[in-house]
Amino acid sequence: MTAYTIIRLRHLFAVVMLSGVFSLLSAALLVQLDAVDVAFTEAAVGAGISTVLMLGTMTLTVRREKVPDRSPVLPLLVVLITGGALIYGTLDMPPFGAHDAPAMQHVMPEYFEGTEQILQIPNVVTAVLASYRGFDTLGEVTVVFTAGIGVIILLSGAGTIGRRKKGNASRDDGEDGP
Amino acid sequence: MKHHLVLRIVTKILTPPILLFALYVQFHGDFGPGGGFQAGVIFAAGFILYALVFGLETARRVVPSGLLTMLIPAGLLLYALVGVAGLLLGGNYLDYFVLGPSDTAGQHIGVILIELGVGITVAAVMVAIFFCFAARPPQMRDRDW
Repeated sequence: MTAYTIIRLRHLFAVVMLSGVFSLLSAALLVQLDAVDVAFTEAAVGAGISTVLMLGTMTLTVRREKVPDRSPVLPLLVVLITGGALIYGTLDMPPFGAHDAPAMQHVMPEYFEGTEQILQIPNVVTAVLASYRGFDTLGEVTVVFTAGIGVIILLSGAGTIGRRKKGNASRDDGEDGP
Repeated sequence: MKHHLVLRIVTKILTPPILLFALYVQFHGDFGPGGGFQAGVIFAAGFILYALVFGLETARRVVPSGLLTMLIPAGLLLYALVGVAGLLLGGNYLDYFVLGPSDTAGQHIGVILIELGVGITVAAVMVAIFFCFAARPPQMRDRDW
């Protein structure tokens, strides 16, 4: 319902606010699914920080979306087919929380036992994330680091170049995107 | 937002608990849900709330840009150096067993240190991105909202 309203609305301020509401609802859904870690992140990033950043971006552009001049039928068809294929793919999946699911068979028993006996950390998610998959997490932090550096260079660097060369405005505009 | 009295008072009351909760999520991540990523974004969200209400200049006085640009790589370096420390103490890269007197203690030290690194980098990156967006002069006038 919220998503449909977001698609139909052209008033960008309302769209940003509704996407924040959507994130908060997803966070509640994730709590229902016992994924409190992900719910934390969704509530803080999705509903909090990204809403603020979208508002900040909006003040730099316009507040109304342009009406597209092309027919939306073909994109809609592509989305429907892709979505249908994905839902068809989930039909084979084991039921939610099943202990004999393939994801729980391979290395997970070892992780659970190791976490209990060697690490003695009650939260298995932290143990897997920080210890068993330490390299993955190092990569993720590097991604966050690189993304942050990239945004800082684009926004602050482009601003000073734009101010120095007053005539070169087109370049500045091109780098305002997300 | 100097004229919004209610917002200012509520923000003053809410900011310390949010930051405290972020630290709790950070250092209690081994025992309850949470960890570096979550703590980082909660800390950044609390700080951004403060910056939104009290203005960018006040927030910049709390965390200068120089400190922020030092904190972003500092977290990543802390993480990477924990791996190097494992190497120097005779283990593999990111091997926490050698960090402490026993296997369990070593793992605890390693996990807490790298979570701290993750938290520092994530929080600093989020705040820095917000500063970048907020520092640009707005093109829209206030009455256009």
